[in-house]
Amino acid sequence: MQGSLSNDAIKIILITGFLIWVMPLMISTYTLTILIVYGMLGLSLGLIWGFGGILCFGQAAFFGLGAYTYAIAAINVGESTAPMILAVLVPAGFAALLGAMMFYGRLNDVYLGVITLVVTLILFKFINSTAGPQYVIGNARLGGFNGIPGFQTLNIPGSPEAYIWGDSYFYVCAVLLAVVFFLVSALLRSSFGRIAVGIRENETRMSLMGYDVRARKTALFAVGAAIAGLAGALFANWAEILTPSLFSLGQSAEIIIWCIVGGLGTRMGPVLGAAGLAYLKFLLGQQSAVDNTLITGLILVLFVLFLPKGVVPAVAGLWKVSFGRRPLGRTHHQRRPRNRERVSG
Amino acid sequence: MDLSVVILVEMLYAVASLILISSGLAVVFGMMKVINLAHGEFMMMGGYATITAVNLGINIFLAMLVIAPLVVGLIGLAVERLVIRHLYGRLVDTMLATWGLSLFFIGLATMIFGNTTTGISTPIPGFAIGNYQINGYNFFIIVVAILLLVAMLVILKNTRAGLIARGTMQRSDMAAALGYSPDRIYMATFFCGSALSGLAGAVLAPLVGLVPTSGGAYIAKAFITVIAGGPSLIAGLFSSAGFFGIVNQVFTFAISPVIGEVALLIAAVVLLRLLPQGITGKFFKGKL
Amino acid sequence: MSLNRRNFLASTAALASASMLPRVALAADTIKLGSILDTSGIFDAYGKPMDMAMRLAVDEINAAGGLLGKQVEVTAYDTQSDMALYSQYGQQLTRQDQVDVVHGGILSASREAIRQTMRKTKTPYFYNVLYEGGVCDRNIFINGVTPAQQVEALVPYAMSKSGKKVYILAADYNYGQITARWIQKFVADNGGETVGVDFFPLDVSDFGSTIAKIQSAGPDLVIAPLVGGAHLSFFRQWAAAGMKDRIPLASTTLGVGNEHKVLTPEEGNGIMVAYNYSQELDTPANNAFKEKWAAAYGDSNLIHEIAVSNYQGVLTWAEAVRQAGSLDRDAVIAALETGLSIEGPAGKVTVDPKTHHAVLDVHIMEFANQGMKVIETLPQRQPIDTQAVCDLAANPGDNTQYEIQI
Repeated sequence: MQGSLSNDAIKIILITGFLIWVMPLMISTYTLTILIVYGMLGLSLGLIWGFGGILCFGQAAFFGLGAYTYAIAAINVGESTAPMILAVLVPAGFAALLGAMMFYGRLNDVYLGVITLVVTLILFKFINSTAGPQYVIGNARLGGFNGIPGFQTLNIPGSPEAYIWGDSYFYVCAVLLAVVFFLVSALLRSSFGRIAVGIRENETRMSLMGYDVRARKTALFAVGAAIAGLAGALFANWAEILTPSLFSLGQSAEIIIWCIVGGLGTRMGPVLGAAGLAYLKFLLGQQSAVDNTLITGLILVLFVLFLPKGVVPAVAGLWKVSFGRRPLGRTHHQRRPRNRERVSG
Repeated sequence: MDLSVVILVEMLYAVASLILISSGLAVVFGMMKVINLAHGEFMMMGGYATITAVNLGINIFLAMLVIAPLVVGLIGLAVERLVIRHLYGRLVDTMLATWGLSLFFIGLATMIFGNTTTGISTPIPGFAIGNYQINGYNFFIIVVAILLLVAMLVILKNTRAGLIARGTMQRSDMAAALGYSPDRIYMATFFCGSALSGLAGAVLAPLVGLVPTSGGAYIAKAFITVIAGGPSLIAGLFSSAGFFGIVNQVFTFAISPVIGEVALLIAAVVLLRLLPQGITGKFFKGKL
Repeated sequence: MSLNRRNFLASTAALASASMLPRVALAADTIKLGSILDTSGIFDAYGKPMDMAMRLAVDEINAAGGLLGKQVEVTAYDTQSDMALYSQYGQQLTRQDQVDVVHGGILSASREAIRQTMRKTKTPYFYNVLYEGGVCDRNIFINGVTPAQQVEALVPYAMSKSGKKVYILAADYNYGQITARWIQKFVADNGGETVGVDFFPLDVSDFGSTIAKIQSAGPDLVIAPLVGGAHLSFFRQWAAAGMKDRIPLASTTLGVGNEHKVLTPEEGNGIMVAYNYSQELDTPANNAFKEKWAAAYGDSNLIHEIAVSNYQGVLTWAEAVRQAGSLDRDAVIAALETGLSIEGPAGKVTVDPKTHHAVLDVHIMEFANQGMKVIETLPQRQPIDTQAVCDLAANPGDNTQYEIQI
């Protein structure tokens, strides 16, 4: 990651401004909003997997937890500010506990995968079996398979009657994504971020250098969950109904696919992968010639086989090959060779 | 009294079906350290192969025990040649690729068979224990699981192929140096693993309503059982299937099937936290 | 992140040219019917025949000269069994395509995902599926049977054929929970006793322990509103344990997705159900409907309860538009609230003005050789459950789904 943070900030502001201006001309803002939400969700896994080397099979759990926290709190509070904050804090706290359990137990690789998968399954099964009237938190029925409809959606802080929806909600989401993107950039530039990448590359070496690997992985895991939780709350506001399918393995799988397709070890990759594939899914819904699951599966297999680095790094590489001479000085995206090593096993 | 016999049979059945569900995955994982996330879909295809064969008028036992394993084994062979073999040694990549395959097969099965539930009825009549009727087919599943474990043990211990397989499992480079092609051995193993998955899917088919997404119900359980079992193939499979099967059934009878499932999952989390290398990473070390 | 001036310019050019493409080509002299159903994914066994039925109804209307002299044009979206896509396509249908009516939604969750959007955009909405009851909203019309309509008919019949002690196995979600409560009520009303109630999430497929549990409770009758492919295992395992001839079974859901054609005759025969429709219904209307279906799609095997509901829903809407002489939402609602009725394949369907639910015929049936044999027809049953909580005539601004206290 070359250049300075302020440079990053300028780029992010320019690109966000441009996209906010151009995209609504082509796609309805309602659809764009969900693409942004998924982009943020992709970013959350891209951060912990691409830069921290933690392959979480249960990122959907934090997404769903954020969404459910928001809905339950919103029904009880009747205003959206506190629920938004809770929706970030609860998944982060949950992830910190789960992460501490895993990382202090020195679980790695597949075992990490199994635990995150199992925890997601437990949440999924639990939420799915809460249809009965005894499952109530304050005024909010958990609703089981049918989910929670009809909660207070986003409003201007302090005035519950002033809803933010439609186009203005799109702008809120877009700005939030830009802010989160900036914060992730800042985090990765900090010593914390560089050490996280160091841990990804060689955990033993980093711990011998005196860093507390377990605490740092736990912290990064919690940050990822916080972002996923925020995305969940934004999703809740967009969909206005929540169902347990948010916690499903299919949802987790999709997040992983977004990251793979977009490109691991980049910040932009997971965001673009998520938005692109979600839009593809939306478009596929308008045809019925080929089964959509089949296409999703095929995309994943082909990417793992032929483009394991993902689209963004590949396009960047192609760009470099085709237009090899870089302008001197401001070489923005000269990639560090180390960073390209795939996170594996 | 009668009830306790029924509960015992149900427990044995739960253990046996876990063994069946997990064996294909365990063989592939134990041998080649490949986690095949399309395992559930292999089982689903085993089920469809059986149902299709039965509908064509083939004897149900022939369909379950021969045709389904063969069909799925061949599909597995194709998958290994086309996809898996390019990814050996890249654990996470194989998981992702096979996850993609699982979605692909779900889509394919949906296009061929549709999402309507299909199924066949069990070939074995019900069975009375005192005042209780139980499913006679449970015994069939228990027998198949026992035979399967014994067969695996005999093949691995007493045949030349088993010896080579065990050698490759321990040190594939040495096996290669001795003139055995790991590529061929892996191919054969994957075929066997897929065939076992097909067998499991086929044998369980008469008990369930089959849809293209049925595999999803198995994969998590199989995955958990295999990982919790640890490095030894048969001891691991047996001990973790036994543990989870009993936990599941105890809570199912005491409270409800949902709590049974959740108890199984929580037991898995606790077990892996305490024994991060699986049961046989600590106990029964060096056993098969 | 990588963006330099050159690819920035390139992408700007690409975006600009893309945005200049014409977005929609509009022809205003058709009536637009929006349909939103899961025609792929795990619920497509329900959604596909519903889609076919909807298109059949529209073709019929168009062949007869359309409505108000205009042809009806279908705008259909496949939600791929993904609830998030319902919100998305619901918005698309109402804001971008600006359809005149929306038919669709299968699960209750999918209905709730789009109901408020339809209400806000003043698009009349028809939900044509049997469901748990209780929705009270002036903008929606529902013509599926509700639990009370079914259970009220089914329970006395099933108990008269078996005995007083009833065990209930229900799917663990809204529909199952509510239906189980109605069953308990009607069992008690008919002098019976409920000896056990168990709920199963939709993915449970192993019922061995449950079957043992049922036997230790020793009921005379098991009523099983179980739902979906995994739950079908129960009926299979029940038969495999040899229980089928010992304790009779009844269900309020089995057969809605044509499950009776999946169970073998040995597994299915004798299971008692109550619905609005059966393929075996021997009426001129149903025979004509089956012929039309077969002519359009080859064979009529796929027709099921909610496909027929969807068909009847489209016909009801068309009739209302004819009577109103307009597509205006309030005029159409006013026409429907006159208590309008149509003759569908399943019999007469009447709109209940108070609840916007349907008054319809309920048939008590038994599975026989992979069909549903009609035993008895109870004509024009009222949706008494929703009527107990919902009165849109007195309270037109209502917008809730009531949970009916029994």
